[in-house]
Amino acid sequence: MSETIKTDVLIIGAGPVGLFAVFELGLLDIKAHLVDILDKVGGQCAELYPEKPIYDIPGIPFITGHGLTDALMQQIKPFHPTFHLGEMVTTLEKIGDPLFRLRTDAGKTFEAKCVVIAAGGGSFQPKRPPISGIEPYEEKSVFYAVRKMEAFRDKRLLIVGGGDSALDWTLNLQPIAQKLTLVHRRDDFRGAPDSVNKMRALVASGGMDLKIGQVTTLEGADGKLTAASIKGNDGGVARVEVDAMLPFFGLTMKLGPVADWGITMEDELIPTDTAAFETSIPGLFAIGDINTYPGKLKLILSGFHEAALMSQKAHRYVYPEKKLVFQYTTSSTSLQKKLGVA
Amino acid sequence: MPKITYIEHDGAQHTVEAELGSTVMETALRNDIASIVAECGGGCTCATCLVHVDEKWFGVVGPPSAEEEEQLDAAFEVKPTSRLSCQIKVTEALDGLIVRTPAYQGR
Repeated sequence: MSETIKTDVLIIGAGPVGLFAVFELGLLDIKAHLVDILDKVGGQCAELYPEKPIYDIPGIPFITGHGLTDALMQQIKPFHPTFHLGEMVTTLEKIGDPLFRLRTDAGKTFEAKCVVIAAGGGSFQPKRPPISGIEPYEEKSVFYAVRKMEAFRDKRLLIVGGGDSALDWTLNLQPIAQKLTLVHRRDDFRGAPDSVNKMRALVASGGMDLKIGQVTTLEGADGKLTAASIKGNDGGVARVEVDAMLPFFGLTMKLGPVADWGITMEDELIPTDTAAFETSIPGLFAIGDINTYPGKLKLILSGFHEAALMSQKAHRYVYPEKKLVFQYTTSSTSLQKKLGVA
Repeated sequence: MPKITYIEHDGAQHTVEAELGSTVMETALRNDIASIVAECGGGCTCATCLVHVDEKWFGVVGPPSAEEEEQLDAAFEVKPTSRLSCQIKVTEALDGLIVRTPAYQGR
């Protein structure tokens, strides 16, 4: 068990709003750690629309999701936030007034004076294929991610999908697997051309099998997979003996553990006040797409505003003895020093 | 205004009016058709607004673009007439369109 990480504020979610919260908190000398289930920062901007245009960021007529993420990272650099990526906060308990203890699925423990939930539409989790009876096999012989490649040595593997994840794991696992079959719905792959060529060469040399179609049924018992049936686009069904299946159908947003933290929820959203975007629990804030209040709009610009007001209230909890004097970055030497420009 | 009929997996049928220039996805959301999730809000990036276009209508609607075809890889039970409804623009020619929605959009 690692030691507890103590911080002023823990931000759950490193999307645009979580990132901008670092800036607003930082101006008030409040340090933040961020946890995000994705292995990169940017949230939906990075995962759903890195190359798509955004036209409604004030003062920026046009920017891509990727561009906005990069710009925010640049903006918050002076405040040295600590990121914990590829991790999900699983538990939250109130242990002080306010003080929170949180744990992640990677075994980390945090103690934070305030917590900011900036989790957007929830946590990105792998899409589960609609194969009846798949649940008992999950984490036993159906895996949505590869944690240790060695676990697949000398196994008969079925990889499903046509993108880079499916192709990368096909190429990485093929040398150690006993047998590998790749299944995709069409004979066209959107992954990197180099990976596609390597995969095709392996198929041509007999190093692996490629089947075009969809996995329809699984066979096995007690979570141990023994075979899968693949329905071809021509209607024919092929049965393949397998020990493990790895489906890669991308990610979807699920609310996740937030619902179990004792916060008042409303249709999978967290109601907050509109003065500080605080939840039913003092010191616990919700900003961005995950909150709701009369007139709420799920816009990045609204999340930025919420981050600024949240920070003012968080200051009262983090520095109860200090009086907060409102200042502008344009004219305040003290703020400019924090930003490293004065 | 053109009318679109959504037939859900359980057989529930909704015939609704669609605004010209909107999309089949937006029309579904406006009319509370729950089997259209549209997680990314119409960006052609999440594949959670899948519909199976009625075979008689597929010729009018047309096939997916290359970008959409790639996204269909992240959908389930994709058929030859499957489309992402956010990529189907409502036009007068689509008056009477019938689409079927799947039981599961990935969540």
